Amino acid sequence: MEIQRKLKHQWEAHPEWAHQVAALPGCEKLFSCLQCGTCSGTCPLSIYMDYTPRRIINLVREGFREEALSSQTIWLCASCYSCAVRCPQKIQITDVMYSLKREAIKSRLFPKRFAIPALSREFYSMVSRTGRSSEMWLVLRMAMRSNPLILLTMVGTGLNLLRTGRMALRREKIRRLNELPRENSKAMEVQ
Amino acid sequence: MSEGYLYFPGCSLKGTGRAYEESLLTLFRLLDLKLEELDDWNCCGATSYMSIDEGAAFALSARNLALAQKSGKNQIVVPCAACYLVLKKTQDYVERYPEIRDHVTASLRSVKLPMAEPLAIRHPLEVLYNDIGVGRIRSKVVRKWAGGPIACYYGCQAVRPYYEVDKPVDPTRMEELLEAAGIPSVPYSLKTKCCGGSLTGTIHEVGVRLNAILLKEAVRKGAKAIVTLCPLCQFNLDAYQSEVCKLTNQDLRMPVFFFTQLLGWALGGDPRELGVHRFISDAASAKQWLSEAKEVAAHV
Repeated sequence: MEIQRKLKHQWEAHPEWAHQVAALPGCEKLFSCLQCGTCSGTCPLSIYMDYTPRRIINLVREGFREEALSSQTIWLCASCYSCAVRCPQKIQITDVMYSLKREAIKSRLFPKRFAIPALSREFYSMVSRTGRSSEMWLVLRMAMRSNPLILLTMVGTGLNLLRTGRMALRREKIRRLNELPRENSKAMEVQ
Repeated sequence: MSEGYLYFPGCSLKGTGRAYEESLLTLFRLLDLKLEELDDWNCCGATSYMSIDEGAAFALSARNLALAQKSGKNQIVVPCAACYLVLKKTQDYVERYPEIRDHVTASLRSVKLPMAEPLAIRHPLEVLYNDIGVGRIRSKVVRKWAGGPIACYYGCQAVRPYYEVDKPVDPTRMEELLEAAGIPSVPYSLKTKCCGGSLTGTIHEVGVRLNAILLKEAVRKGAKAIVTLCPLCQFNLDAYQSEVCKLTNQDLRMPVFFFTQLLGWALGGDPRELGVHRFISDAASAKQWLSEAKEVAAHV
């Protein structure tokens, strides 16, 4: 059995990366964090996270890139903005989380077979092609990409939605598809 | 009366949140307010798009603003909390960050669309509160509520991080409008705690647990129903109640309304047109309370 060191040394961090993050829209105030923990206290999901929001901010600020980008935390963030409006330093933590998600996707550091990044990617790929999100088809594709067993938990809900006329079976799309802004995004290629 | 508003439904209001669209259109008609659906609108991008590509997310959402501008109207009503926030944030960030503005302008130009001038992006709660007002709602009430007190639930993205719909932590406009319509509310301290959004579909146990917390607190405060302003909140709270009851070993069943359904009903709307047949949990109570009965409320 190989014993590995669980903690990283400061010299293994990438402080220059922290500055790159802080240069992104919404992330300007990263370095003013007081580590007060208001974000973690107000976050409805922090009890499920591998690092609380406070710890993520500190990881980023110290330049621990891989730890931050491969965390489950950034994907559990539901963008409810509770932390962002309560942060005494006005750090837009939601924007920081978004920028970490994007970099995690680009550098393929997101947790594999985890349903949330799978949903984001399927959503992106569907909407960039059709201009609309077709809820049922999106859920099917997300499940195939992560864990098809997840569909078993949805059978009852699906039937209820059908019964009440709330499930659209049609694949929606806009008429003027040529008007959808085209991007040369790498994200589409990540599969 | 009013020159009318553009209307951005978003994907949910054409699917799981159909009752929201139906009741919104009915309510606005009862108030003689014109809503005109934005022609060929596209998905706002929600939270997923922003997680993949920021430039693409802002450009996608900006197409809607460009279409709105072309229509000549300067106000757009956006009922879905996620769509509302995305459109507002797009307009805000395009104005604040030159690099985003340049990217979005170029993206739109490549598909021959103009960059829109800022327009008023409005949530129906705030339109009803500011443009119609509590007093006029009260004067138009024709039915008397018999369903007991309700808990008003605002969720997250309609009230944060932009504060135009209401206050970010303790909003009260839904309560004020509903009370004017004769529908009492309970103090509900979790009114802006997140329902987890799409988590019920991705990390199911976590999503269900967040909704269990919300339902439990509503019951504890004596609420007989929850009232929402977001299609995802309504879906989460409505669709998973049987699981929530199993999880908590408590009977937490109650109808989950859109605020537009209750206001529309109080003002005399046809229950069927308000989407009364689209409830999953405790549909019987919902149907009973939103009955055809026409009785002028005692306080009018």
